[in-house]
Amino acid sequence: MIRSRLTAQRLAFLFLLGCFFFNYPLLSVFNRGGDFFGLPPLYAWLMGSWLALIAQMAWVVERKEN
Amino acid sequence: MLQGWVIVLASFLYLGILFAIAWYADRRADIGRSLIANPVVYALSLGVYCTTWTFYGSVGRAAASGIGFLPIYLGPTLLFALAGFILHKMIRVAKANRITSIADFVASRYGKSQLLGGLVTVIAVVGVIPYIALQLKAVSNSFAILASYPEIIMPATAGAVPLFQDSALYVAMILAAFTILFGTRHLDATERHEGMVAAIAVESVVKLVAFLAVGAFVVWGVHDGVSDIFAQAAAVPEVARRLATADSPAAYGTWGTLVFLSMFASLLLPRQFQIAVVENVDESHLRRAVWMFPLYLFLINLFVLPVALAGMLHFPGGTVDADTFVLTLPMAHQQEALTLLVYIGGLSAATGMVIVETIALSTMVCNDLVMPLLLRLPMLGLAARADLSGLLLEIRRWAIALILGLGYLYFRVAGEAYALVSIGLISFAAVAQFAPVVIGGLFWKGGTRDGALAGLAAGFVLWAYTLLLPSFAKSGWLPDGFIAHGLFGIELLRPQHLFGLTGLDEITHCLVWSLLFNLGAYIGVSLQRVPNVREARQATLFVGGAEAAGAPGWRGSAGVADLLPLAGRFLGLDRAQEAFARHASQRGLKSVTELPADARLVSFAETLLAGAIGSASARVMVASVVKEEPLGIDEVMNILDEASQVRAYTRELEQKSLELTRATAELREANARLRELDRMKDDFISTVTHELRTPLTSIRAFSEMLQEDPKIDLAQRTRFVGIIVSETVRLSRLINQILDLAKLESGRAEWTVAAVDVAEVIHEAAESLTVLFAEKRVTLELEGCEAGLTVLADRDRLMQVMVNLLSNALKFVAADSGHVKVALAALCVPGIPLRGQVTANEVRVSVIDNGPGIQVEDQEVIFDKFHQGAATTDVLTDKPQGTGLGLPISRQIIEYFNGRLWVESTPGAGASFVFTLPRQAGDNGEVPQGDTVPGGGRGHKSPGGNS
Amino acid sequence: MSHRILIVDDEPNIVISLEYLMKKEGFQVAVATDGEAALQQASSFVPDLILLDIMMPRKSGFEVCQALRADPALAAVKIIMLTAKGRETEVAKGLALGADAYITKPFSTRDLVVQIKSLLG
Repeated sequence: MIRSRLTAQRLAFLFLLGCFFFNYPLLSVFNRGGDFFGLPPLYAWLMGSWLALIAQMAWVVERKEN
Repeated sequence: MLQGWVIVLASFLYLGILFAIAWYADRRADIGRSLIANPVVYALSLGVYCTTWTFYGSVGRAAASGIGFLPIYLGPTLLFALAGFILHKMIRVAKANRITSIADFVASRYGKSQLLGGLVTVIAVVGVIPYIALQLKAVSNSFAILASYPEIIMPATAGAVPLFQDSALYVAMILAAFTILFGTRHLDATERHEGMVAAIAVESVVKLVAFLAVGAFVVWGVHDGVSDIFAQAAAVPEVARRLATADSPAAYGTWGTLVFLSMFASLLLPRQFQIAVVENVDESHLRRAVWMFPLYLFLINLFVLPVALAGMLHFPGGTVDADTFVLTLPMAHQQEALTLLVYIGGLSAATGMVIVETIALSTMVCNDLVMPLLLRLPMLGLAARADLSGLLLEIRRWAIALILGLGYLYFRVAGEAYALVSIGLISFAAVAQFAPVVIGGLFWKGGTRDGALAGLAAGFVLWAYTLLLPSFAKSGWLPDGFIAHGLFGIELLRPQHLFGLTGLDEITHCLVWSLLFNLGAYIGVSLQRVPNVREARQATLFVGGAEAAGAPGWRGSAGVADLLPLAGRFLGLDRAQEAFARHASQRGLKSVTELPADARLVSFAETLLAGAIGSASARVMVASVVKEEPLGIDEVMNILDEASQVRAYTRELEQKSLELTRATAELREANARLRELDRMKDDFISTVTHELRTPLTSIRAFSEMLQEDPKIDLAQRTRFVGIIVSETVRLSRLINQILDLAKLESGRAEWTVAAVDVAEVIHEAAESLTVLFAEKRVTLELEGCEAGLTVLADRDRLMQVMVNLLSNALKFVAADSGHVKVALAALCVPGIPLRGQVTANEVRVSVIDNGPGIQVEDQEVIFDKFHQGAATTDVLTDKPQGTGLGLPISRQIIEYFNGRLWVESTPGAGASFVFTLPRQAGDNGEVPQGDTVPGGGRGHKSPGGNS
Repeated sequence: MSHRILIVDDEPNIVISLEYLMKKEGFQVAVATDGEAALQQASSFVPDLILLDIMMPRKSGFEVCQALRADPALAAVKIIMLTAKGRETEVAKGLALGADAYITKPFSTRDLVVQIKSLLG
């Protein structure tokens, strides 16, 4: 499991990162008109950073050293 | 083609397949080849989080507020990033304590409190019922819409339909029956349902596939990719507003609130707790779930916004409920198969949620609400009933039916006033009330049962007042005056603007107040006192993690004979027998009967029972057969503080080693004393030998001379024979005295103790020696020797002492001029005054001679064995006749009667041998007060003293 | 010629028996009842042989023996130790101090006479 303290701490860091990504004030930066490769910036930011976060989490827990 | 019967048939077919999967998984589990022992299955089953709220409601929410549907899924993602700290710990604690539900978890954490378990159950049931209503609403709506295919007609409001024509009622009944089939076929001690989990995992796949299919169809089938949809949406002002969210503090506040709320909901909703914690087969599965579950959430939300926008573009003007876009868009394009797939996807989202949620709730209702009450009602006699497993299943079935019934009722009452997502959020806010006691209980040891009760109650009341009651009022089932004007017309008590708080949406508003009071009461009340023994023990188990769970919680014991029948009553005898046998083999024992009656067995039985009836009830039941020794706070401190045990042990060791050192010293001393005694014994024997050989030498020499020379003249012969006789007498006396002394010293002497008149003994002794005194012409004077002074002593022994002292005196005084005096007196020594006045309490006898006296250095030595006075005093030329044993024997006798014997002497001026004995109280010898007073002044001579 | 024998013992009856025995054998006899008297007698009486008891008042037989052997004038005197204590340590001690023989009480009168005669040769 998430036996190693280091893994737990890396995940906790991702938690804090996520809290920052998914909340005010960062959201207000993307909350505007215009488009980003045909997508609204807020939608693109949220879906993109969400997927990146999930990828990071996968990388942290599935690393060989675990 | 999509006639009603097709839909019904497809529905039952789908449910039938699910049931078959569950049945197969159960079979596999029974033969030990679990289908679900797989991290992917675990992650998929967590997808039960996505209900019809997600399947239909997210699109509706997106249509109403753009990206605002998303925080509900970002929260769980963040929670799983904290899995290492929270979920992992919860799973370990729950496994170690056989926790079967969130109510069980809370009750167990705060000292296995039945009251707390009951409160959590009530909150969970009341809180989750809107959520169940939501599923009923979604399924019945989708059915109604589908039934009118290919036309798209919004179903009538539920309240307008007569009860028995309401499809939602039938949906509720069918779901109840299905859940009962799923969840209550048999009772499992671990409360795990492998078949159910397998079915839920399959359902997660079905709903994801269905949604992705709709998304793909809408994006690429109807439109020309995602960019096309967004471009079209941007062109329509009404739709374009959904591309960004409202840029205001309140909107961001709501956003943050929803992230926070969903984070806890994904952990604390009864079904989430059931799947994530209770049904977890292997804690290592959590690792895969950490990213796979968020990924599932990501995928199922990928097309939400495009579908919502496409729906708004396709059905302008709000003629079609946005909550139905997922279904109505394929319908509008005549995609029959896709429509049916979407319907099945929605059905799977609803059934998954309803099955797990109601099973979890029914377990809680049964274990934490009904059983504790039933067991307390003595008239039912349940505590004594042989087999309760059937009853337990019956209670659960009724609980499932009741919960779905309540869900339907809420749907009829309040369902129409809210969109799907809003109904769901009411439930989210309710279960968020568990967060302080659960999370606090995992990390803070100071929480108490009272604090948990107060916090939960406060949070629940505020939740009901600010969220639940207004939902009734808005539906017209409660007068809505109190919403606008406050309770009793008090403005400050307006439920959605409590204490004048405005500017927040109703969910955030509810959470602010309910969690504030919840947390405040939980912490504030907990801090009123230190946790009691039981709370402290549970706190250690939960906060310390499973590592601390090693210490058995029971201090008493009960045997298999008590515990097996008890477990059998709740689990059924066969299952109980199996479980005990497994426990026995785990402990390396051949059979159940070999299990020792120890705390471990009791703990095993308790956790076994906890699976069936909840930890609080299990504790009560086990306590009924275990005579538990009371657990003192000191002992608890010892259990908690291992270091103190080590310290105590060290102290004990030190003490032991100290004792050992002391014992060694004592032994050495005893050994030295023994060696000294041995040496003394050697000396004694050597001396005795010498003393015996001396008379023998004379006897032998004279006998041989007489034998060898018969011609010795008569005078000589008479003299020799006389010597032989006297030496023989001496020898006999010596032997007698040695034996006597040995008897005295070993304590084997026989004593005849009686009151003895001392004067009488003195007279008698003097009389017996009259002849000897007369022969040597020595005078004997008796002074103050009058009857009346008595002592407790052996008369003959006292006589022996007197004779010995007198003959010694006679031996040492000169013939003709010799004078011996015996003085008797009573005197007072400091001590206890008798009868309140100072009375003489000691009798003193002195034997005074006018002989040569004794050197100071010899005055103590003469009381040693075989030490004859003449041996070291050069005053005598004539060796006295004696054995050297008389004085030691006399001293032994006097000391035996608690007296003292000593000599006072000035060399050349005679010697005075004195002994004292305690005077017997109550004799009639009157003695004047004073310290040393002679018993009388009148001297008188012994009869033979003058001769 | 008759040999001169000094009897040293503090037990009157033993002295009586020894005196009678020695006189009967034709020896000249002198008596001492303690250690100091024994040393005086040894100087004045000049015996050929001394029968010396060990347990005596004032001076033990060992001390007397030691003093006699220290005096060159009396070096030729034969000494027979008499003792009621039969322990081997005492026998060894007596012989080490210069005694010629050692006889344990009670003794056989015949053996004593034989011993004396052999010592006086």
